[in-house]
Amino acid sequence: MGGFLGRRLALVLPTLLLVSILVFGLQQLMPGDPALALAGEERDPLVLAQIRTELMLDRPLAVQYAHWIGRVVQGDLGVSWRIRMPVARLIGEKLPVTAQLGFMAFVIALGIGIPAGIVSAVNRNGFLDYAANIVGLAGLSTPNFWLGIMLILLISVNLGWLPPSGYVSLAEDWRQSLATTIMPAFVLGNAIAAILMRHTRSAMLTAMDQDYVRTARAKGLREWRVVIRHAFRNALVPVVTLGALELGTLLSGAVLTEQVFSIPGFGKLIVDAVFNRDYPVVQGVVLVTATIYVGLNLLADVLYVLINPRLRVA
Amino acid sequence: MRKSLLAAVAVFPMIGVASAQEAPTQTLRIALREDPDLLDPTLARTVMGRIVFAGLCDKLFDIDEKLNIVPQLATGYDWTDGRTLILHLRDGVLFHDGTKMDAASVKYSLERHIATPGSARRAEVDAIDQIAVVDPLTVKLTLKSPNSPLVAQLTDRAGMIVSQKAAEAAGKDFALKPVCAGPFKFAERVAQDRIVLDRFPEYWDAKNIHFARVIYQPITNTATRLANLQAGAIDLTEQVVPSDLEAVRKNPKLKIVESSGLGYQSVTWNTSHGPRAQSPVGQNAMVRKAFELSIDREAAIQVVYAGVYTPTAQAVAASSPYYSPGVKVPARDVAKAKELLKQAGVKLPVTFTMMTPTNSDTMQLAEVMQAMSAEAGFDMKIQATEFASSLDTADRGDFEGYVVAWSGRVDPDGNLFNFVHSTGPLNYGRYANPEVDQWLAQARIETAVPARQALYAKVAAKVAEDQPLMYIYDPKNIVGMSVKVSGFKAVPDGLIRLQGVTKAP
Repeated sequence: MGGFLGRRLALVLPTLLLVSILVFGLQQLMPGDPALALAGEERDPLVLAQIRTELMLDRPLAVQYAHWIGRVVQGDLGVSWRIRMPVARLIGEKLPVTAQLGFMAFVIALGIGIPAGIVSAVNRNGFLDYAANIVGLAGLSTPNFWLGIMLILLISVNLGWLPPSGYVSLAEDWRQSLATTIMPAFVLGNAIAAILMRHTRSAMLTAMDQDYVRTARAKGLREWRVVIRHAFRNALVPVVTLGALELGTLLSGAVLTEQVFSIPGFGKLIVDAVFNRDYPVVQGVVLVTATIYVGLNLLADVLYVLINPRLRVA
Repeated sequence: MRKSLLAAVAVFPMIGVASAQEAPTQTLRIALREDPDLLDPTLARTVMGRIVFAGLCDKLFDIDEKLNIVPQLATGYDWTDGRTLILHLRDGVLFHDGTKMDAASVKYSLERHIATPGSARRAEVDAIDQIAVVDPLTVKLTLKSPNSPLVAQLTDRAGMIVSQKAAEAAGKDFALKPVCAGPFKFAERVAQDRIVLDRFPEYWDAKNIHFARVIYQPITNTATRLANLQAGAIDLTEQVVPSDLEAVRKNPKLKIVESSGLGYQSVTWNTSHGPRAQSPVGQNAMVRKAFELSIDREAAIQVVYAGVYTPTAQAVAASSPYYSPGVKVPARDVAKAKELLKQAGVKLPVTFTMMTPTNSDTMQLAEVMQAMSAEAGFDMKIQATEFASSLDTADRGDFEGYVVAWSGRVDPDGNLFNFVHSTGPLNYGRYANPEVDQWLAQARIETAVPARQALYAKVAAKVAEDQPLMYIYDPKNIVGMSVKVSGFKAVPDGLIRLQGVTKAP
């Protein structure tokens, strides 16, 4: 286990370095001059030149990169060009918001997707199986932003049950916090629930056909015990892989959902930063996201080993 | 004796009023369409920032509904000659940090606009040569050359006076804790979520402020912004989009306050900037005129903007005293457009590319123009380009036609000089006409309104003839609010002034 973890950890650093170079290089390919985007409506040529000098845009790319990465390794992600707030502070403010949203969405996705997958596998080709599949397909094919707006109109405007948008932190007022995040979390979680449902279903179907399930039944175990203890535990491995991968979908889904619900999270931060060509923010956010992604994949690898003892070779 | 008695009588009712008026406790929530940039008057660049500044930073002068320049931190001004402007300041004004606003602070703030690297105000106050403190309440500005638009510049961010003590202490971080002399002081900002301002009890006009707190919330999605207004989560929103107007009007809990704006929507043609100017639309004013005649502005506005905006054929908004009634919007005339194309001797169809920012309404407008102009013999291709990229592309001259809007300025100079003067930094197509250059320069020197009106009328007529830009419509400021909100005054600059605004409990 230790050696396995060590090998996986050794890969993290080069991966992140590569990401940093890619991010830096890619945004140079982005059309549009950041100085122009920053200079506002009246673009005084003298001031444009001052902005270029101040932001080092007039220096060679390699120099810009070295300057940036040199600071990043010291823990300084730079300062937003547009609002002059430190990027680390912005990320520190936004990350917990998206983390909360993502966590809730994931809980919702697991809460709907896994039971629905089990139920539909157990009732293979029955009414419940078809019903779950139809609902799942609908969830998968509904665009996030459309569902979001429909929910806002129904639940906030017509029924007045929940606030239409915005965010209140858990520390400030946990009830309000849940009220502001439950709708977006549902929107975000629902598509993932559908995917999880379908994968759980197929993994369960495979597991249910296995000999050990027959043996368990032959031993006279109750059906729910067979399903949960024997079949489901084995069906869980592909589901965990998928869950970890879907966490990435969650982050990208948050980009749209946060726009619709006006939630000041990570997704909104990066979208606005791209449109405003606020490079330090884009770089900081992508780097942090990549780190999280790499971290989650590492976690998934560790989880496999814990769930499936056969993988404990090293 | 009699004098002091009179004084006592005069003072008593004022004390009565002061004690009867309790400190306000309500909060006003305002939705903005995007998050403002830096909250530093010297560096701020966005229209959204100006809306927040209306609560945070008073200016030397303000404008009223009819675009008259009215006193704010300055009580008046005199031109002693074309190059000397005397500003008289209001007495007893305090900044949010308790320091006094006086002539020294005005000098400091204006010099800060001029000297700060990256200042977005530099061009606006570039005319100023020297700033002298005459006495604590009088400032003398000596200009490099006569410049009549300067006073109008002082009604916006260039006229905002900041606390020297706070600005020097904060240095580059002033935008994170701005200290001005407006009705509300800065409390908190969470990027992309809210900007919170608290009432400043020592504000010089505090009796007209009826809220304890104002919260500005950027909500980028129009549907979400409308839903927030409908659900009562916000009290007021700047700029309801025309397609949502009907929904707001039908709602008995909401109301709309409309006013004509200062800006315009236009097509800018590339007439002489680089190789892309070598197209028939770029080279021949007759072809551009034919394009204009093929477009029914009224119908386009009806289709895309629910008929809300006003068609126009000039840069200066109809709300301005400098609007030229002589330059009328031509009616659609396809036959005449075809005739002009024939006269111009161009090959039909006239093919060209129109660069269009990717907002859905602008794209629709371009599509309508595409369909209309096709009937006259144009083959217009639409090149959808994300806004920041489109600016860059236009700046390089890599376009034939470009649909681009301008938010507008109080003085007509701000809508014309930078766009149609041959040296203007926003003259993307490099249009150059020596007569227009001369009239624009002269209008900067002239201070008398009728003389300037005459000059701007000539510019408007010439530009309509040469067609370096085809002006399409004047947008409106459409502010949506709860019926509980009253006292809101719509001024063409579209800002949300909080003086006099109240909210029923």
